[in-house]
Amino acid sequence: MVNEVCLRTLDLERPWLMEQYQSRGGYEVLKQVLSEKRAPEDIIEEVKKSGLRGRGGAGFPTGLKWSFISRNAPGQKYVVCNSDEGEPGTFKDRDILRYNPHQLIEGMILAGYAIGATRGYNYIRGEFWEPYERFEQALQEAREAGFLGENLLGSGFDFELHTHLGGGAYICGEETALLESIEGKKGQPRYKPPFPAHFGLYGRPTIINNTESLASIPMILEKGGEWFADIGVKNSGGSKLFSISGNINNPGVFEIPMGTPFSELLEMAGGMRDGRKIKAVIPGGSSAPVIPGEQMMDLNMDYDSIAGAGSMLGSGAVIVLDDTNCMVKTLERMSYFYHEESCGQCTPCREGTGWLYRVVHRIESGQGRQEDLDLLDDVADKISGKTICALGDAAALPVQGMLRHYRDEFQYHIDHKRCMVGAG
Amino acid sequence: MTVTVKDKTELFSPQICAEIDRWIAKYPAEWKQSAVMGALMIVQDDNGGWLTTELMDRVADYLEMPPIAVYEVATFYSMYELKPVGKHKICVCTNVSCMTNKSDLIVEHLEKKLGISFGEVTEDGRFSMKEVECLGACGGAPMMQIGKQYYENLTPEIVDAILEGLE
Repeated sequence: MVNEVCLRTLDLERPWLMEQYQSRGGYEVLKQVLSEKRAPEDIIEEVKKSGLRGRGGAGFPTGLKWSFISRNAPGQKYVVCNSDEGEPGTFKDRDILRYNPHQLIEGMILAGYAIGATRGYNYIRGEFWEPYERFEQALQEAREAGFLGENLLGSGFDFELHTHLGGGAYICGEETALLESIEGKKGQPRYKPPFPAHFGLYGRPTIINNTESLASIPMILEKGGEWFADIGVKNSGGSKLFSISGNINNPGVFEIPMGTPFSELLEMAGGMRDGRKIKAVIPGGSSAPVIPGEQMMDLNMDYDSIAGAGSMLGSGAVIVLDDTNCMVKTLERMSYFYHEESCGQCTPCREGTGWLYRVVHRIESGQGRQEDLDLLDDVADKISGKTICALGDAAALPVQGMLRHYRDEFQYHIDHKRCMVGAG
Repeated sequence: MTVTVKDKTELFSPQICAEIDRWIAKYPAEWKQSAVMGALMIVQDDNGGWLTTELMDRVADYLEMPPIAVYEVATFYSMYELKPVGKHKICVCTNVSCMTNKSDLIVEHLEKKLGISFGEVTEDGRFSMKEVECLGACGGAPMMQIGKQYYENLTPEIVDAILEGLE
């Protein structure tokens, strides 16, 4: 059971073309919904039933999110797609944009219909030029076919959809920073509440969903929420795109059922390169705490299994590290990232991420002090939960994970002023 | 403060105006400011890859924004350049997936070949190097971006071939 939902057209020669998407039944469910004037509440119910949870990383139930919008409130409402894929290790939405843009468009129109929104924006990260062009081309085709614009297929429902290009800021993957960015401002997250469902883009009710979440909608409505839920396991409905990279033979994007054993995913990805031993896995993007390789081999790729091991499934970005990797150096690079990407709005994050980086950097450079390990724990604790958005937590979690599992490596660096890993 | 309303068509060439107008048309009429990111990218591309204060001021006039609001955007997002860059801006990812696939060798190779480091431009102005955060192509690590193009699964030999193929 691979490639059943978002990548179901991947075997076609040029799956990004409308004609090819339609050859697999693309836009049929939209036509059906519009012609039968299916009740929006019924659509939201179906999405709830599917167990679909936000695929951007937070894992919030999509149907529930949609139900927060007061559908009949007067005035403009918006559907926004978050294609600002930037969590280190994640490269799945890029493939949806490149290879199946029409399914995303269909999903966004259906989302608009369900919540009573007539405008949508797809926020694509600025570096993704090829995916942006593919998506724009698909928009053009969809407009020409009457799937976008006014009075779609004579149904009386209007929906217009545009792209917004980012400018290279990880923080814009945070939904309210993304909205600020569309409004032409610095991408600094907003205080919540109010949540976007009440005060979103341009102050109007807005739902924001990840690319993969929205691209899953047409199949959920075509085959039913139960069908989708049954692909996966309890609390983790459906299949999921996993981006797997690192020291493996065949890195790439794999769409597989939730709950698939990690060992099977690793096998699909060709196993460890050069027959090396698996040392550690970062299971859900670099914000997810590291899990030792041996432990990971017994886990399944679903929310509960990964959470049970003290980490998170996140965006489904799996970074596999072999025994030549130094965990201090790995954490140093990760900490640098969060320092670089902190938007600077909240003091604990702005100052704390730099502090974390500098301390890990000095340990890595052989300048570490014995008290540094406690200091790292302390700084991470003092960032966690004390910022407007989750970037602070995202910076603290990998530090806590590394110290939990690889404290001995950090200690060795401090005691011996060098790395215990041969290649480090 | 009195604002002099300029004839906007004098701010940029007709082609640039048309391109910016395409972005403006995507947003509600009262939210021209939403087009600032698109406008800055267009103007930057047209100016050899970087933004001057004067260009940012013109964007501000064109979109009827305070200049400071444009500077805020231009300094916040990493893809805007406020200093000259090379004709080919080489952006190398060094984040974890690339790092564990030896992005350091790619960086070293480029440094040696071009005689510059991150943040520098070659004397002839052809190349500049920039360290970037994860570009979302980890399956092809190590990777880099030059202009709008991604290059993946790099080796020093592949890098040589890519650079030779550039104008």
